[in-house]
Amino acid sequence: MAGVTAAPVLRLQGICKSFGELRANVDISLELARGEVLALLGENGAGKSTLVSILFGHYVADAGTIEVDGRPLPPGQPAAALAAGIGMVHQHFALADNLSVLDNVMLGTEPLWWPFSRRAAARARLLEVATRFGLTVAPDAPVGTLSVGERQRVEILKALVRGARILILDEPTAVLTPQESEALFATLGQMVAQGLSIVFISHKLGEVLRVSHRVAVLRAGRLVADLSAADADATMLAEAMVGRRIAPPVKRAHSPGPVLVRLDDPPLALHAGEIVAVAGVSGNGQQALADRLCGLGGRGTLRLAGQVLPSRPRAFVEAGVARIPEDRHAVGAVGDLPLWENAVLETYAAPAFARAGVVRRDAARAFAHDVLERFDVRGGTLDTPARALSGGNLQKLILGRALSGAAVTGEPPRLIVANQPTWGLDVGAVAYVHQQLLDAAAAGCAVLLISEDLDEVFALADRVAVMHRGHLGEPRPTADWTLPAIGLAMAGSAPDRAETADAA
Amino acid sequence: MRLERRSHTPVALLLGAPALALLFTLAVTSLLVAWAGAPVGRAYALLLEGGFGSRFALTETLTRATPLIFTGLAAAVAFRARLYNIGAEGQLYAGALAAVAVGGLHGGSGFAAPAWLLLPLMMAAAALAGALLLLGPAWLKSRLGVDEVVTTLLLNFIVLLFVSAMLDGPMKDPTAMGWPQSVAVQDTLQLDKLVERSRVHTGLPGALAAAALTWAVLRFGVAGFEIRATGANARAAAFAGVPVRWVALKVALLSGALAGLGGAVEVAGRAGYVTLDMSPGYGYSGIVIAMLALLHPLGVVAAAVFVAGILVGADSMSRAVGVPTYIADVIVAVALIAVLVATMFTQYRVRR
Repeated sequence: MAGVTAAPVLRLQGICKSFGELRANVDISLELARGEVLALLGENGAGKSTLVSILFGHYVADAGTIEVDGRPLPPGQPAAALAAGIGMVHQHFALADNLSVLDNVMLGTEPLWWPFSRRAAARARLLEVATRFGLTVAPDAPVGTLSVGERQRVEILKALVRGARILILDEPTAVLTPQESEALFATLGQMVAQGLSIVFISHKLGEVLRVSHRVAVLRAGRLVADLSAADADATMLAEAMVGRRIAPPVKRAHSPGPVLVRLDDPPLALHAGEIVAVAGVSGNGQQALADRLCGLGGRGTLRLAGQVLPSRPRAFVEAGVARIPEDRHAVGAVGDLPLWENAVLETYAAPAFARAGVVRRDAARAFAHDVLERFDVRGGTLDTPARALSGGNLQKLILGRALSGAAVTGEPPRLIVANQPTWGLDVGAVAYVHQQLLDAAAAGCAVLLISEDLDEVFALADRVAVMHRGHLGEPRPTADWTLPAIGLAMAGSAPDRAETADAA
Repeated sequence: MRLERRSHTPVALLLGAPALALLFTLAVTSLLVAWAGAPVGRAYALLLEGGFGSRFALTETLTRATPLIFTGLAAAVAFRARLYNIGAEGQLYAGALAAVAVGGLHGGSGFAAPAWLLLPLMMAAAALAGALLLLGPAWLKSRLGVDEVVTTLLLNFIVLLFVSAMLDGPMKDPTAMGWPQSVAVQDTLQLDKLVERSRVHTGLPGALAAAALTWAVLRFGVAGFEIRATGANARAAAFAGVPVRWVALKVALLSGALAGLGGAVEVAGRAGYVTLDMSPGYGYSGIVIAMLALLHPLGVVAAAVFVAGILVGADSMSRAVGVPTYIADVIVAVALIAVLVATMFTQYRVRR
């Protein structure tokens, strides 16, 4: 915690913000010291984004003040926040792919009435800042050719070149490989060593404890914990976030049954009762694999218990394949339809729910009621449109729909295909989804988990395969993988090749 | 300022919004009425009286509303599934032509079949003609991604030219003294008058039945569920196993059939023969009506009566106070915009 000095660079005092009935921020007071990394933790909807938006001038607080270096920050003016040295790096980058790194950094920094842009000066400044913080970039490389980690560096440089001294990073590691995350943490260390202050928003407790000096936890709009990272541990922070004890998922011994699912292209065999994870950085062909395993078409033949499944979603559902899509809002549910109709979206045509072209409303509603009950879907009644549900509750509905198909088709789930099932969910919902997957595997189901979250992969999987540039590696027992090995594989160097390189 | 989706809509707002939209419409159009030099109050009173104020006005309005209900339903059903059928005008003419082809007196005599058999055949032919006309664009859309707005719109002109060719050719009425009109449908197939000394015909209850049936299919039917799911989120529907391409074709058949039926009912209920000016844009008005009704089949009935009343009322008002009848189009257009904005406010709220 070197470099932390007494005078705060940023002081939030009694920030309150309500949206109608919803109290998004209630009397939040926080301080950020020079050279400090403050982690901001909280579930979805805890008020993190609202707080950051107020800080950045997108919202005006109902009450409370913000001081930067002891001077009050005028509310509701993003320009003032920028001028005061607050910079933000969003989770989703705002970069123009067709422009060079230098152009992206310069974009918006020059008044439009300047006849020529001052590229030479901007280049010198960019290189100076880059060297100072150890952020190596090629100024003339088109952003489109950069890796995700490099793009993030460009985003950070954008903020730094504009003179940011307080940097807000929103879930910065969500899109990075472990090695890229390490590089980011090293950069953060260099930045705080030079007196910058950082607000680090994340839900990965391990890295929060590693990189931050202090942790602030928000829950339901209130600051429930503000303590030194040295005094915190992961269990305690998780409980502070959700306000109750979270039972960690119980992993059982790996005792695979016979091969249940066999895909020939790419070759993949899943045994009954095991969880196989496909790890990889997003955009490396996971979607095509997921589509194939969900019956949306693609190459190869899929056999379930020896039988070839025609590549149609309905055939998959009827054969007992429970499918959880990556994008629960756009693909998993029809937002404008009520919950009960979403609950039968996969099975409405079955005789249980349809007779002579008419939907058997009572049967369908009873089924939906049962799903909501058993899978603890809250936040709506049968007639609430699905879009009103939070991500976690929507995911429970989708999970419940997929796993309850048996009640309709008579076929218990034999294969679960879960694509990023806990993406963006809060701690409680994550634990719930994990437990459901583990229980299903224990009951003899084959589970294919596609995930970018390595904590999740290691917590659940019996075997892990890595996907890179469309190529699916051989699944190997989880115990055989180390974090560096999996990171290398995700970055494209095959583990055996890396080993040979070591030997040479 | 930004818009934020409401989690639920208060009932008062739901009922008040259309009323406010109507008031807004009248306020805006009163400026035009005043500009035309007519007393605003009297003009509106005449409009109301001319559209709804007497037995004659009411029957005329209902007569005009009958084809509008059919074309409104055609648009509403298609739009619900995000199939933007702009071709109801062409489908209506195709239906009218098919009705005459089956039920007409060709060469002075038609098919010698009893009316109880021929009437359903005539209606079925009209529905089929409209449905087949929309099938092509729907298929092109689902297979090749061809924009159905363009194809259905352009088909209207093709159909109209085809009708023109038929009216001057094979289906020309030889007794019409060179006038381009088709032969008439047999007397026994012409729809009965519903009210003495008026033009309202039994096509009106037919239109109401079509609206009720469409509503029931959308609300209770498996097909309706598929249509609503596909329209609201085609990706999610396809993922869940809804056969979205097949649904698109079914919707096309239903929508085209409704518009085609509208054409047959208009022919058999009014003139008895097809002319090139048989429809003053019923197909296009159907789109407006569907939007006014927020794509609800029962709302289509109300919206069709409203639009028909304005059109009929504007005729008589214009004769009395000298405001051009185009005012009716302006009223309908402003009402459409006002209703759409009002609807937005029932679903979103403005936040600062």
